[in-house]
Amino acid sequence: MAAPLLEVSDLRVHFETEDGLVKAVDGISYTVDRGETLGIVGESGSGKSVSSLTVMGLTRARNAKISGTVRFDGRDLLAASDDDLRQVRGNEIAMIFQDPLSSLHPFYKVGDQIVEAIRSHKDVSKAQAYDRAVEMLGLVGIPEPRNRAGAYPHEFSGGMRQRAMIAMALANDPKLLIADEPTTALDVTVQAQILELIERLQSEFDTAVVVITHDLGVVAEMADEIAVMYAGRIVEEGAADTIFNAPEHPYTWGLLSSIPRMDAPRGDELVPIQGRPPSLIHLPGGCSFHPRCPYVRDAHRRIDPELQPVDGDPRHEVACLLSSGTRRKLWAELEAGVKPADARRDVIEEGAA
Amino acid sequence: MAAYIVRRLAWVIVLLFVITLITFTIFTVLPAADPAALRAGRQPSPELIESIRQQFGLDDPKPIQFLRYIQDILPFDNDGVNFGFSVQSNTEVLPQILDRLPATIFLTAGAVVLWLCIAIPIGTISAVRTGSLLDRVTMGLALIAISAPVYFLGLVALFLFDEDIGRFPLLPGSGAYQDAQGFFGKAGALIMPWCVLAAAFAAIYARFLRGNLIDTMQEDYIRTARAKGLPERTVILRHGVRAAITPIVTLLGLDIGILLGGAILTETVFNIQGIGRFAYDAIVRFDLPVIQGTVLFGAFFIVMMSLFVDILYAFIDPRVRY
Repeated sequence: MAAPLLEVSDLRVHFETEDGLVKAVDGISYTVDRGETLGIVGESGSGKSVSSLTVMGLTRARNAKISGTVRFDGRDLLAASDDDLRQVRGNEIAMIFQDPLSSLHPFYKVGDQIVEAIRSHKDVSKAQAYDRAVEMLGLVGIPEPRNRAGAYPHEFSGGMRQRAMIAMALANDPKLLIADEPTTALDVTVQAQILELIERLQSEFDTAVVVITHDLGVVAEMADEIAVMYAGRIVEEGAADTIFNAPEHPYTWGLLSSIPRMDAPRGDELVPIQGRPPSLIHLPGGCSFHPRCPYVRDAHRRIDPELQPVDGDPRHEVACLLSSGTRRKLWAELEAGVKPADARRDVIEEGAA
Repeated sequence: MAAYIVRRLAWVIVLLFVITLITFTIFTVLPAADPAALRAGRQPSPELIESIRQQFGLDDPKPIQFLRYIQDILPFDNDGVNFGFSVQSNTEVLPQILDRLPATIFLTAGAVVLWLCIAIPIGTISAVRTGSLLDRVTMGLALIAISAPVYFLGLVALFLFDEDIGRFPLLPGSGAYQDAQGFFGKAGALIMPWCVLAAAFAAIYARFLRGNLIDTMQEDYIRTARAKGLPERTVILRHGVRAAITPIVTLLGLDIGILLGGAILTETVFNIQGIGRFAYDAIVRFDLPVIQGTVLFGAFFIVMMSLFVDILYAFIDPRVRY
């Protein structure tokens, strides 16, 4: 099997701040194959954006301490010079962001901003680049693209702006597209269109995609693999089907029960995850999810779980101290409608025995 | 756009009328020196003062006097536009102002170019390299330049560099502008005033740009520019400075308006016969018509520059439409 397009291993991104060391990303590893889609899911502050910005070399700052390796298409991006990295950015790896209005420069026409992206990597004339920009705008579904290329971002609707961002990102035919919360700032009706567009272009351009989101619903349709991040680490990773149908981490359960489902009985309440994401400066000892976990036991406050394959599925990895058997029982109960609080006594104690 | 400009111009007229009314009120209705006595010269006889009073209608009701002044400003009566007569020299005010305008314009223009040339690079570099030695040194100097009054800075400059009295007699000093001949001669005479006037403004603009640019560099579109793989130089200049410098246009427009109304301190220290010096002399001698004329002129420049800036904004910020 060919080497993966992107291979991140043991990536750590720590920021020194006045309040202390912020462990934004604390040892994560994942791979993305060519043409594949990886969903990275987690709450705000889980390190999902920082990890991707680091892949792009956009977190390089005096107070940032970055370690690990990021191999992209055979090169180590963390070791690359700023200039080499610049050649990769926007050319081989492109990125789109959460808020398409603030992500486009307010003073330049949309077409010109795409031209700039093209000409910073390809040696083509302005007219050629502009034709390409118009072509891309048409491809992302902007009507009358030649006309609209001469408009300013504030003259576009939210969905159109994100389409323009996608056009700009894909103009150089990158091998990898990183989409950081691409639909969060958009109307619900537009969200599905944008996701559909990304999927369509992905197959057309054969681009690998990393979708970063807090919303499992966003990656449900498009991701092949899903990594769930919590407090700077990956706590569960596996094929998308597995994550949705047989998740084994209590945090993933929490994420799943906090999104509305079509097949849930009417009137069923959504169950939020209790508590707040932990401070990345003072992480809780042991399993960092333990203060919010309904199934916590004494040992969990001391032992830091490692990401390990579950029984019978080497591609499905979970960082949880409960045994795989117990986790599967708990999930089955949750699916059957048992509230986490009620599950505590019988099943957990059984697992402890 | 045209409708907007017409509406704004109408407001300019209203505003200037109100300013005229206020200056007139302050200097003639409120208790102040007697204009007739001022005009009469030293140790006048009561008869002379009385005849001046008659001649200039100073005993007329104040509203009549105000209307007469308005007539002096507007071209509707026989003696045309003259802004009245100076109490001191008994000559028309307007020609004297126009006579002094070139010096003030030259002083302002040179200083503006100078302070922008200093402030833009310094503001940009210290924003990009926040906390660096250069940032700290230039921002420290800026604080000094802002704190030092122009007359103090001017006197220090004269003390150091004036070619007649300075420790390092390098530059033409006080009063040189009047005697200097030709463009370059005049420009040479203005080197010191330009530097002194530009110092405080350069400091203010550098700090303003630095603050704006630091904020701008945190914007999402800067991250986009970097994600596109643009060279950092392009990111800073084309994406960062372009956005951060736009609010400076507002500041610049108003400052130019203020200075065209007379850089009173600089013109006085360096004895440049501009509008500022004219106003200063008028204030010292209580020459009411001249004070009124220069105030009105200054107000005119400020409101016109602010109108100009607002119109200019429609061209430099595509989000602004009228």
